[in-house]
Amino acid sequence: MATQHKQQVKNKRPSLSVEIAGLKLKNPVMPASGTFGYGEEYAPYLDLNGLGAIVTKGLSLNPRAGNNTPRICETVSGMLNAIGLQNVGIDAFIEHKMPFLDQFDTPVIVNFFGNTQEEYGEVAARLDDVPGVGALEMNISCPNVKHGGIVFGTDAAAAHQVVSSVRKRTGKPLIVKLTPNVTDIQVLAKAVEDAGADAISLINTLTGMAVDVKTRKPRLANTIGGLSGPAIRPIAVRLVHQVVQAVNVPVIGIGGISRAIDALEFLIVGASAVQVGTANFVDPNAMQTVIDGLEEFCRNEGVADINDLIGTLEV
Amino acid sequence: MKNHKTIILSNQEISPGYYRMRILAPEYSRLAKPGQFVMFRVQRSLPPLLRRPFGIFRAGFMASDCDGMAEKEFIEILYKVVGSGTEIMQELHQGDRVELLGPLGRGFDLGDPHEEKILVGGGIGLVPLYMLAEKLIETSQVRLLMGGRTRNDIITVTEFERLGVETYVSTEDGSLGEEGLVTQVLQRKLDKYPKASVYACGPMPMIDAVQRICAERGTSLQVSLEALMACGVGACLGCVVKGAGHSTENPRYLCTCKEGPVFYAEELDWNRLEQQNSAGGGCH
Repeated sequence: MATQHKQQVKNKRPSLSVEIAGLKLKNPVMPASGTFGYGEEYAPYLDLNGLGAIVTKGLSLNPRAGNNTPRICETVSGMLNAIGLQNVGIDAFIEHKMPFLDQFDTPVIVNFFGNTQEEYGEVAARLDDVPGVGALEMNISCPNVKHGGIVFGTDAAAAHQVVSSVRKRTGKPLIVKLTPNVTDIQVLAKAVEDAGADAISLINTLTGMAVDVKTRKPRLANTIGGLSGPAIRPIAVRLVHQVVQAVNVPVIGIGGISRAIDALEFLIVGASAVQVGTANFVDPNAMQTVIDGLEEFCRNEGVADINDLIGTLEV
Repeated sequence: MKNHKTIILSNQEISPGYYRMRILAPEYSRLAKPGQFVMFRVQRSLPPLLRRPFGIFRAGFMASDCDGMAEKEFIEILYKVVGSGTEIMQELHQGDRVELLGPLGRGFDLGDPHEEKILVGGGIGLVPLYMLAEKLIETSQVRLLMGGRTRNDIITVTEFERLGVETYVSTEDGSLGEEGLVTQVLQRKLDKYPKASVYACGPMPMIDAVQRICAERGTSLQVSLEALMACGVGACLGCVVKGAGHSTENPRYLCTCKEGPVFYAEELDWNRLEQQNSAGGGCH
C-alpha cells in the first residue's frame, strides 16, 4: 500500500506552500536579512516570484553608515562579517526600495532594528500602513544605547519589553529574530512569544573573531563579527529544535543552509520555513536550487505536502 | 551578467607565484568591458566557501579541438598565490569544473580618442590594463609603466608590446628595468606628456602615490580598486570604500563591486583610503 501511495504522489506535483503568522508563502524558502540587499541586487540572477518571501536588509530609523573596512573575512566553511548594519534608513526604503519589491507576487518581510526601544517602535509604526509589506522581522541582536549597551536579545526582560512596545505599534505580523549568543535560548523564545511575537526566526550570526597572525591584527576592523555559513548549521539546527519545543508560534530556521537537505533538517525539527543567507553570496541562484531540491525530495519520498514533513523528527 | 557553470581550459605558472588561467566563457568577448571582473567559484564544492573576484585580463577565441566545431570563447585571469583560495586554484587543471559570475562592475571610461594615455600597473594590478590597452591603442598613443618588487613581479609586458604599447619597466630591487618605484617613472612621463590621462591599478600605496601625483598636476586619473567581497553584486556591502565628501554625519560609501571597481580619482575620499584598505591584503 505504502509503495502504491508513494507512486501516486510521485506523479503529482507536491505542495510546497506554508503559512507563517497568517502569511501564505508559495514555498518555505526566503533570504536571510542582509544577504539579499533590497532584492533588486539579485533580480538579474533569480526570479523573485519564485521565492517564498523576500526579506530586506535591516532598516533603522535613520540611515546608517556601517563599520570601517575590512568588514568581512572567510573562515573554515564560513564567513565573519561586521558590516555594521549599513542601510538607507526607513524613509528612503519606503520611498525608493519598496516600489521595486511591491511589483512581485511574493510577500515582503521588512527586517528592522533600533538603538533604543523608542526607535524600534517608531520604525515599526512607519511601516504599518505601507502597502506591500507582508510582515516585519525584528532584529533584537542590537545593543540598547540607553541601557549600557546591553543587547536586547540577550536579556529576557529587555527582549520582552522591546517586543511588547513594538507589538503595540504594528498590526502587521511580527517575526522576532533571535540571537544565538545566549545561555538559554528557550527563555528568550518564551519571552518574545509572551510579548506578542507572531513567529520566531533564528539564528542570527554567532559572534566570532579571527586574527591575521602576521600583522597580529584582527581580520575585521570591528575586531568582532558574526559568523555565518555552513560551519554554523549544526548549532542552528540544535537551537531551532530547542525553540520549537518551548513555544507555540511558528519558527523560521536560519543557519548555513545552501542545499535542500540542509533546509530539510530545519523543517524536520519543526521549522515552518527557512532562510538562506551566506549561500546567496556564493551562488545567486542558491534559493531556487533549494526550492527545486525540496520539490524533488518530496516527490521521491512520496510527500504530497511539505507541511507533512514539518516537526516529524523521530527521537 | 550571468552565472556560467564552465570548465578550465588551461592553468599555467607564468612567473614564480603568478598563474594564468584560461576559462571557457561564452559571450564574454561581446559583453566584457575593460576593467570589469568576474566572481570566480574556485570549485563547485568547499573549500573555499566564497567566490573570489578577478579582473578579466582578456577575452578571446581559440580553435576548437576538432574540425567543423565552433571556436571556443574564453577569458583569461591572472592571479598571484597569496591565500587559501589561490592555493587551491594553482592545483586546478584543464577540464576542472568552475563557475563564473559576470562580467561585473563598472569598467574604465575610454576617454577622448587621440589623447595620450598612460597606464600604471603594479604587480598583479596590471591585469585589467591589458583589455584597456587593446581598446585604447585603436585611437590613442598608449604607454605602460609597469612596476614590481623584483623581476618576478613583471608579467605579460611583451604582450602589451605586441599590441603596440610603449612599455617602461621598473623594479624596486633593480633586477629588471629601472631601479626604483613606478611612480618615479610616472613623474618623468607626465613632465614629458603633461596632457596625458592616467589609468592605474596596483597595491594601495602605489595607487595612493599615483593619486597624489595626478592631483598636484590636475591630471585625469582613473583607478581600479581591489577589495574583499563576498557577493560581487552590491548586496553584502563588504567591499565598500569611502566616497568623496564622506563624513560620519553624511556617510557616503561606494560599493567597489558595483559602483567600481574603476573610479575617477575625484569620486573617492583619499584621506582615508590608504588606511581603510591597508589590512585587506588584496582580494584573493
